[in-house]
Amino acid sequence: MDEKIISILNETRPEFDFSKSNNFITEGLLDSFDILTIVNSLDENFNISIDGLDILPENFSSVDSIKKLLIKNNVSL
Amino acid sequence: MNINLVEYFDSTVSLFPNKLALVDSSSKLNFREVQQKAKIISYKISNNYVLFNLPIAIFLPKSNDSIVSFIATLYSGNCYAPLDTKNPIDRIKSILNVLKPLCILTNSEYEEKLKQCNLEFDIINIDTIESKDIKIDDLNYKNCIDTDPAYIIHTSGSTGIPKGVVISHRSIFDYIHWAIETFNITEKEVIGNQAPFIFDNSTLDIYLMIFTGATLNLIPEQLYMFPAKLLEYINTNQINFIFWVPSVLITVANLNLLNTLKIPSLKKVLFAGEVMSAKYLNYWISNLDNSVLFANLYGPTEITVDCTYYIVERDFKDDEVLPVGKPCRNTDILILNEENNLCKKGEHGELCVRGSSLALGYWNNFEKTNSVFTQNPLNNSFPEKIYRTGDIVFLNDQTEIIFVGRRDFQIKHLGYRIELGEIEHAILIVFNSIIPCVLYDSNKKKIVLIYESETEISVSEFRLKLSTNLSKYMMPTEYIRTDKLPKSISGKIDRNGLKELFL
Repeated sequence: MDEKIISILNETRPEFDFSKSNNFITEGLLDSFDILTIVNSLDENFNISIDGLDILPENFSSVDSIKKLLIKNNVSL
Repeated sequence: MNINLVEYFDSTVSLFPNKLALVDSSSKLNFREVQQKAKIISYKISNNYVLFNLPIAIFLPKSNDSIVSFIATLYSGNCYAPLDTKNPIDRIKSILNVLKPLCILTNSEYEEKLKQCNLEFDIINIDTIESKDIKIDDLNYKNCIDTDPAYIIHTSGSTGIPKGVVISHRSIFDYIHWAIETFNITEKEVIGNQAPFIFDNSTLDIYLMIFTGATLNLIPEQLYMFPAKLLEYINTNQINFIFWVPSVLITVANLNLLNTLKIPSLKKVLFAGEVMSAKYLNYWISNLDNSVLFANLYGPTEITVDCTYYIVERDFKDDEVLPVGKPCRNTDILILNEENNLCKKGEHGELCVRGSSLALGYWNNFEKTNSVFTQNPLNNSFPEKIYRTGDIVFLNDQTEIIFVGRRDFQIKHLGYRIELGEIEHAILIVFNSIIPCVLYDSNKKKIVLIYESETEISVSEFRLKLSTNLSKYMMPTEYIRTDKLPKSISGKIDRNGLKELFL
């Protein structure tokens, strides 16, 4: 699952090294275009529908937090 | 009668000196404070340069400081040209080389980025201007008349170089007077700004504040990433007026947020910039109070933001097309067919605009100006300009204007106006061995690049290299390789054939 998340992040913003970031949002790696692109990719790739109320900074700040969001959406590891 | 935007601002300041004018994420300013700050910067400009009626580029992120800099520029008798701090350096350079500004206003944070560009233009850092010993009554704006330029906004150009649309003081009064009257705007309005300042929808937000004493709240851009937070912000700041692009309203609807998050303060919802589908409008209408006003506005930058409007007053089925409505006050719309005659009801034709709203032209580009600001073909008696929008429309049975599409390869994506040709030019600069064809998938709202090449290029490589010369909102989201792009009989790339094959 980690690999898939990282590849979605890399396709969205290839110019950044996400592994070196502590927080994608506060460090400015992602903007509003990116968040929506990532939500769409996650929805498509994992066949889920992420709830709008879950589109919050804390759920997109790291690979781990995105993973937690996927688990909340019943994606199995 | 006021003849200058500064005169309107000064009268608002004298009516509401202590009222809240501007809110951004780091500061709040009342009208008197905005005026003082603007005059200090203006004095610096007028002190450095004798000339006026020239462009001053503003290189600042969306903030109270950028609005103060706009007003300062007007006080100095010049016109402002907002630049996008997020643009790649190459695009900024190509804009500046045509604009040739008197100087560039920026702050300490952005001064470094500008210096990397090695520009030949002066830079004024507004953070370092000393405010003592200034004589702020002697400002240049008093020499300006209402046909002088007030701002220059850049739009995408099909030849790869953005065009600077020059708008006069008079065109802005004309537009704002219509808006105040039509939507009953007073100092009680709390405006929640979404439009970036490089996009002329922001003209409405900014000048309603300047003309009426309304409060302008610059909603932090980060909140548009997290729509639930955006709605919370509307509540906490008691925002009652918004003029947003449909894509933001559609995102909120798609996520079904209004079901759980209520925004009772909101009273007026205006939108423009791209086609708004009735389906999403219906979602908003059914989730807000019955008394909320919804209006669909339409217009290109060249006629000062909007030239037609439709206040929603009847029910629409989800698949019905919303009208763009009727002309704004003091604007005339001509729908002309191929023979340059007025279209009959139902007949498709090009929407052309006549009135005080017309831009003065494109900065340093007489050729392009003359090709779209042309003599009114219905008037053979004296010179009279119309603007040819390139938009195809028709009049329905209720005499409302309905938008059909474009004559050319211009698209609206996320509210931004984009020439597909500009994207293709940018691609050719960094990938000279491929043949690109950029298409827009209007159903999925995706910019799609189909390219002829022997080898596959990875999405990461495309995005990485294109980020050096292409704005983020112009970046293709889908990349498809093909061995051979199909050609039509005339030898051009067969775009319609490609659309059928790939979209």
